[in-house]
Amino acid sequence: MRRKEIFWFWVMAGPATAGFLFLTLGPMLYSFYLSFTKYDVVNPPVFVGLGNYEYLLTRDPSFWPSVKVTLIFALFSIPLSLVLSLATAMLLNTQVRFRGALRTIYFLPSLLPATASSIIWIFIFHPAYGLLNQMLEKVGITGPPWTQSSTWALPTIVIMSLWGFGGGMIIFLAGLQGIPRSLYEAASLDGATRWQQFRHVTLTQISPILFFNLVMGIIGSLKVFDQAFTFGTTAVARLGAPGRSTLFYVLNMYQKSFNYFHMGLGSAMAWMLFLAILILTVINFIAARKWVHTE
Amino acid sequence: MPGDFTPCGMVAVHAVLLLGALLMLTPLAWMLLTSLKSYQELFVSPPKWIPEKLLWHNYVEALTTFNFALYLRNTAFLTFVTIAGTLVSSCMAAYAFAALRCRGKGMLFAILISTLMLPPQVTIIPLFKVYARLNWIDTYLPLTIPAWLGTNVFAIFLLRQFFLTVPRDYCESARIDGASEFQILLRIFVPMCTPAILTISVFSFIGAWNDLWGPVIFLHSECYYTMAIGLLNFVLLSNQPQGAPWNLIMAVSTVMMIPIIIVFFLAQKRFIEGMSLTGLKG
Repeated sequence: MRRKEIFWFWVMAGPATAGFLFLTLGPMLYSFYLSFTKYDVVNPPVFVGLGNYEYLLTRDPSFWPSVKVTLIFALFSIPLSLVLSLATAMLLNTQVRFRGALRTIYFLPSLLPATASSIIWIFIFHPAYGLLNQMLEKVGITGPPWTQSSTWALPTIVIMSLWGFGGGMIIFLAGLQGIPRSLYEAASLDGATRWQQFRHVTLTQISPILFFNLVMGIIGSLKVFDQAFTFGTTAVARLGAPGRSTLFYVLNMYQKSFNYFHMGLGSAMAWMLFLAILILTVINFIAARKWVHTE
Repeated sequence: MPGDFTPCGMVAVHAVLLLGALLMLTPLAWMLLTSLKSYQELFVSPPKWIPEKLLWHNYVEALTTFNFALYLRNTAFLTFVTIAGTLVSSCMAAYAFAALRCRGKGMLFAILISTLMLPPQVTIIPLFKVYARLNWIDTYLPLTIPAWLGTNVFAIFLLRQFFLTVPRDYCESARIDGASEFQILLRIFVPMCTPAILTISVFSFIGAWNDLWGPVIFLHSECYYTMAIGLLNFVLLSNQPQGAPWNLIMAVSTVMMIPIIIVFFLAQKRFIEGMSLTGLKG
């Protein structure tokens, strides 16, 4: 009986275990090795020690610019979408009418394909005949050349990304619904103002979720690819202007690996990304225990 | 509590939420309306919201002249195979981890779950090398085989949580009645956990349908294109002197979004549950 059970365990868990070994662990270790080599797919990898890392961190003309683009994006898009999603969730958590319909409308855009939604936004932001600049013109403002300018291209992507705040909002909403009403009743009996209730009841109770959304937001923005790639191939390629101003980290890694076949450099970039995500996840674990309020 | 507003306050809450909803819907409305315009109407200033005549023909043109019917079929096929693989492999793995005993099981599960953190960029280059060696580049194998090998770790995790709630006695008595492990999984666990299975189906549907990273790296031939790369390629190549045929581009975008919107409305509860579960786990 026992032996049979073990046999069936491996039959059932077999595919996933094989997938883990051959599609995750093996490739992971191999890419770690490749990050210390010069490798172009055609010729076998040549060991270069820390050469790739040294090159990326000190001499590569696009590495730091792409880090900067990614961090600026994170710096603006994350706080904005956190505030938007928490505020919307709080408004939806009242006795509002059409609650279900409103929730649907706010949530839906976050699930739509980033490729298609980026293209809609690129059209709306088109400097000459896009909807936005035409509307601005009506009220007497000459809109900036959004997608065609190296100054405005990144803000355009930030605004585009805010359209998808609904995912975070749903998570906040679930958290808000879990806060016991009695806490607010007790607070208001003690004479707490609305702001104090928000500060001491809502925010304290929701802090684990706030923190989760923050960390997921950071990780998500480090991994931005679809929007950057769409922007890169459509808006940028045809108009040329914004160039490196929208070269996100993963897009840079992709181009190095699959356009120029510097696979060693690509692997090194992938591992630095992994390291950053690992550190963030560990911080998340430690901080969640320390600062965040839990029962 | 903050949920209790004065009547006046409630009016303001409604106003803000409705205005916000209008803003959220504007891009979609603009996409839909633009997709029905004629080419000349695209560039008029000030912009016209409602087209003179609703040109449904744009959709026919996009689907036939520009081959999007093929890309649509390709994407549907890939998505279907991915969902099927994810369901089969994650049900099996979740069953093993929830209902069967084996030494080192806890450790294996922990290691599997830890790969949730791993960004796909880390493994992509070696995978590309292996797939190239196997002559799998420019086929659907690199995009579908991983799903059949349980690489959707989140699905395994979620299903195991649900499978753990199935009483142990059910398995024991089924085994005494001579049921095989596959029968127990299919006849007892799967029916008792349909909500979780639906949640996983809709999330892997979204993941596969929207995927750009995989197709961009592994597919080259036009006949294998998915909607996502087909759309990008179309925008890239449709450079006309006056401006791109945005009406057709928007028609294609609409076609790409409709299945997601339909599935979303059919299974909205599953999405909300799934999202809430990810959040509360953290």
